[in-house]
Amino acid sequence: MASITIRGVKKNYAKTPVVHGVDLDFASGEFVVILGPSGCGKSTLLRMIAGLEEISDGTIAIDGVVVNKLEPRERGCAMVFQNYALYPHMSVAQNIGYSLKVAGVPSAERAQRIQAVARVLELEHLLDRKPMALSGGQRQRVAMGRAMIREPKVFLFDEPLSNLDAKLRVQMRSEIRKLHRRLSATSVFVTHDQVEAMTLADRLVVMNGGRVEQVGTPAEVYSRPASRFVATFVGAPAMNMLEGTVTLDGLSLLGDSRKLNVSRTGLAVGAKVAVGIRPEAVRMVAPGTAGALAATVDLIEELGAGRVVYVDLDGAPFSIATSETVHPEPGSTVGLQFAEQDLHFFSAETGGRLDVFKASVPEPAL
Amino acid sequence: MEKRVTFGRWTIGILFAVPQLILIFTFFYWPAGQAVYWSLTLQQPWGGGNIWVGLDNFRSILSNADYWNSISASLVFAGISTGLAMSIALVLAALTDRQLAGSWLYRVVLIWPYGIAAPALALAFRFILAPEAGFMAVVNQVWPGVWDPGLDGSDAMASIIVAFSWKYVGYNFIFFLAAFQAIPRSLIEAAAMDGSGVIRRFWDIQFPLITPTIFFLLVINITESFQDSFGIVDIMTSGGPANATNLMVYKIYSDGFKGLDYSGAAAQSIILMLLIIALTIVQFRFIERRVHYR
Repeated sequence: MASITIRGVKKNYAKTPVVHGVDLDFASGEFVVILGPSGCGKSTLLRMIAGLEEISDGTIAIDGVVVNKLEPRERGCAMVFQNYALYPHMSVAQNIGYSLKVAGVPSAERAQRIQAVARVLELEHLLDRKPMALSGGQRQRVAMGRAMIREPKVFLFDEPLSNLDAKLRVQMRSEIRKLHRRLSATSVFVTHDQVEAMTLADRLVVMNGGRVEQVGTPAEVYSRPASRFVATFVGAPAMNMLEGTVTLDGLSLLGDSRKLNVSRTGLAVGAKVAVGIRPEAVRMVAPGTAGALAATVDLIEELGAGRVVYVDLDGAPFSIATSETVHPEPGSTVGLQFAEQDLHFFSAETGGRLDVFKASVPEPAL
Repeated sequence: MEKRVTFGRWTIGILFAVPQLILIFTFFYWPAGQAVYWSLTLQQPWGGGNIWVGLDNFRSILSNADYWNSISASLVFAGISTGLAMSIALVLAALTDRQLAGSWLYRVVLIWPYGIAAPALALAFRFILAPEAGFMAVVNQVWPGVWDPGLDGSDAMASIIVAFSWKYVGYNFIFFLAAFQAIPRSLIEAAAMDGSGVIRRFWDIQFPLITPTIFFLLVINITESFQDSFGIVDIMTSGGPANATNLMVYKIYSDGFKGLDYSGAAAQSIILMLLIIALTIVQFRFIERRVHYR
C-alpha cells in the first residue's frame, strides 16, 4: 500500500518532448487507469514510475519518497507487461519465483510462496510448463503471478489485456478487479481501451498528446467530460460533435443550416462553440416533429441488444444509439430529438468544457 | 500456414536443384573422394601411376610422434583461440547491446578484421609481434629475451592464437550482437523489475537466451580454427620453431607439397576431416542439450 505523487513530470526523447508536465496524486490502494490514444505518453509515464525510463524533469514520489534516482528494484513496484515478457527458458514456477530467487529467499519458502500464488491464479497444474506451452490467458496469469509474489507496494499494468481475444479480455478484466480487491495494492493500469478503463478504474486519468486532459471517476468523466477530446474519446459510439454559433434565441449549427432553440446561455452572442451530444441521449422521432432536427439515415449497425443508427446531418456524420426496435430504412428521413441538459458545450478555440447552463459565467477552459 | 512453392512436375524441381548439386559434387564430394582414394595408395612424386597400399599410409602417420604433436598443437590452438575469440566478442557485444556511448562505432569497426585475408593480417601481426621492433620489443627492452616467437614454441603459439582470435572476434561479435538484440527489451526490463542487477540479468536471462548462437559459433569457430589457420601459420611461423605451431592443416601442406608425400598428406587430410566431424558430432550430442531454443 503506497501513495504515488507525480509533480511536474516531463519526458523528452533527445529533443522531442513526449510528456509535458504531469501532476497527479494516486491514493493508497486506489485502482487508477490511465487512458489515452497510442502515443499520448501514458506508457512512458508508467515506465517512469517503474524506473524503466529516466525522468527528464519533475519528481515522482512513492509513499513520500522521491524515487527519481532509484533503480526499478528499489521502488517496490511490480509490472505486468503488454507482451507478458515471460522468461522463455524458465518454467512457470521459475518465472513466478525469479524475483524471490534474486532476493535470496531460501528454496523451501520460495516453493511455498509459488504454490500459494499459483493457487490463487489457478496455475497449480501448469507450474512445470514452459511459457511456450501456455495459452494467452495462462501466460497472462503467469505474468500476474510474477508481479504478485513480490507483494509489491504498487502494481503497474502496461496494456496487459490487449493481446487477448475479446472473451478472455472480459474475463481477465474481472479477475484483475477481484485480485485488486483482495490485495488492495495501489494499481496503475494503462490502456487505450475505454471499456477496459471504465470498468476497472476507481479513478480515470485521460491523457492526450503528453498532457492530462481529465482526472475523475469513470462516471464523472463520462457525464462531464472536461474537454472536447475527452468527450469524443470516452464513450462508444463516440459523442456527436457539431460546430455552432451562439445566437440570440439559441444556437445556429453547421454553418447556419440548422437552428436549435436552447435556454439562454451565459455565452456571448456570436461565440463559436462545439456542441456535443451522446448517441445514447438522442431519440429518433417522426420527421417534422416540432424542435426535431431532420436527418437522412445512412447505415444501421445491429448490436443485438440495441442498434446504432448513423445519419447524415447536412454532411456532418451523426450517430444514435437506441435500444428501441425501430428499423428506419437507409435513405429515409428521421427526426432527432434530445434534451437540453444532455448537450455538452466546448470552446471552439481551446476545446475546453463550457458549463453554460450551470452558471451564467463559463468556467475557464481546462 | 507455411508457404511453399510447389512445382507441378518434379523435373522442374530437379532442374532448379541441378546447378547447386553440380557445384557441391564438383567442389566437395569429388575432391573428398579423390583424397580418400589417394590416402589408400602410394603416389609417385613424379607421376606415373600409384600403388594400392591399403591403410599403410594411416599406420605410418599414426605411428609418427611428429603427427601426434601436430594433433595436440591443433587442439590447443583450437581450444584457446575459440575461447578467446568468443569470450572477447561476447563481452563486447554485451556492452554494445547496452547502448553505451559510441556503440555504433564498434558495430562498424569490428566486422572489418573478418574481411581481411588471413595472410595479410598474419603479416601485420608478424610486424606487431616482432621481438626486435614490434610492440613486444618494449617488453624485451625491460626483460631481455622474454618474448621471441622465432625461438620459443609457446611464444609462437601465442602469436598465431592472437592473430586468429583477432580475426574471429569481429565475426563472433556480429552474431552475438544480433542475438542480444533479438531478445525482447521487455524481458530485460521484467528482470530489472524482479530486482535483478546488470550482471545477474546477463547470466540469468541474456546468456541462456543466446545459447543457440553460442552453440553455432562454437561449432564454426572450432571448425575454422582447424582450417582457416593455414594462412596465419604459413606467414607467421611456417610451423616452427621446432614444429611447435605445425598445425594439422599446415602439416598437410608441408608434407604434401614440400615433402612431396602426396599419399601421406591425403591420409592426414582424411584424419583432419574425421576429427572435425567427430568434434561436431560431440558438440551436437552433448552441448546442444543445454541450448534453449525459443
